Amino acid sequence: MSAEIRKIAVFVEETCLEMGQVISPPTRKAAAVAVIRNPFAGRFEADLTELMDIGAELGGLLGRKCVEALGIAPSEAESYGKAALVGENGELEHAAAILHPSLGKPLREAVEKGAALVPSSKAMGAPGTVLDIPLGHKDAAYVRSHFDGMRVMINDAPRANEIMVAVAVTDSGRPLPRVGGLEAAEIEGRDGLR
Amino acid sequence: MPEPKVRKFLTVVEEIRHEGGPVADQPLLRGAALAVIENPFAGAYHEDIAGFMKDLEPLGLEMATRLIKSLGGDRAAIQGYGKGAIVGQGGELEHGALWHVPGGYAMREALGDAKAIVPSTKKVGGPGTRLDVPVTHINASYVRSHFDAMEVGVPDGPRANEIVLALVMTTGARIHARVGGLKAEDIKGEDGLR
Repeated sequence: MSAEIRKIAVFVEETCLEMGQVISPPTRKAAAVAVIRNPFAGRFEADLTELMDIGAELGGLLGRKCVEALGIAPSEAESYGKAALVGENGELEHAAAILHPSLGKPLREAVEKGAALVPSSKAMGAPGTVLDIPLGHKDAAYVRSHFDGMRVMINDAPRANEIMVAVAVTDSGRPLPRVGGLEAAEIEGRDGLR
Repeated sequence: MPEPKVRKFLTVVEEIRHEGGPVADQPLLRGAALAVIENPFAGAYHEDIAGFMKDLEPLGLEMATRLIKSLGGDRAAIQGYGKGAIVGQGGELEHGALWHVPGGYAMREALGDAKAIVPSTKKVGGPGTRLDVPVTHINASYVRSHFDAMEVGVPDGPRANEIVLALVMTTGARIHARVGGLKAEDIKGEDGLR
């Protein structure tokens, strides 16, 4: 069973200047968001396999959309994140079913490698609710310059029987990182942490 | 006046496949290019501001070019357009009006021979303020199927001394347009109206 997609929105944010400092090259992050029908809206369903399969399908589709929107090679992706926003006739567990069991593997294929856990968030919401997608370095979760987030919203989603599924990918960290910690150039990238 | 200082660009593209009715053979694309710029007039009343319109022209053209690219790269596919501005609280509504001429110029320049007036809106607001940008057919304002709008905004802009500039383009009619009126295939395309 594949996802019934009503719309896909792609956001690209490019920061060129912050607090008077020129950011060169600009930091860039992309998010791809699919608005899908929630097959379990309005009823309790014990077996959420269908949503897990949808997660597998969307992880690759949305990851590729982000990479394409940034115009980079998959290997140039630096950080990633995922999130879901469930319309009012669904339940939070529906977001968990999409995000956690199967979405990560195809997303990692879309950005190459991806040793680190994909940071995630989930929420219930109404049309126009803001969804914050957490971001972390794709190969080493402790890279402090890449702890970030990306904010997305779609004015007409999620409707009551829908779910918004979001993936974010960047080619950079924060615009002006200066709080120390592990740097991207120092990582080993084996255990996903350092 | 120096060239506009751009802090960030944001592009958003929605691919709309359906809205509860039949799935379209070709999805409607609706996209926005936003730029967050410094407002050179923030914080004080300036009588003479009109010269800034000319300074905005190259930026407008860059935004229009980015937008066409993110909508697939074929300018002949663009059928609707609109523009808008959100002025940070240190400025005044009149600063948003500076976008009328360069925003319109930019889209006509990038699209070739568009005939219709570019519908527009503007407001004063803080970071995260949303703006509903009106959209009409690029060659005939009365085409009813192409009356549309796109809600846009930037999570961290405009700051008090900034302006968010917006251009919006679409590749077709509303996804389930069926309320009659002048059809795109019936337009004369001479006066920009019919």
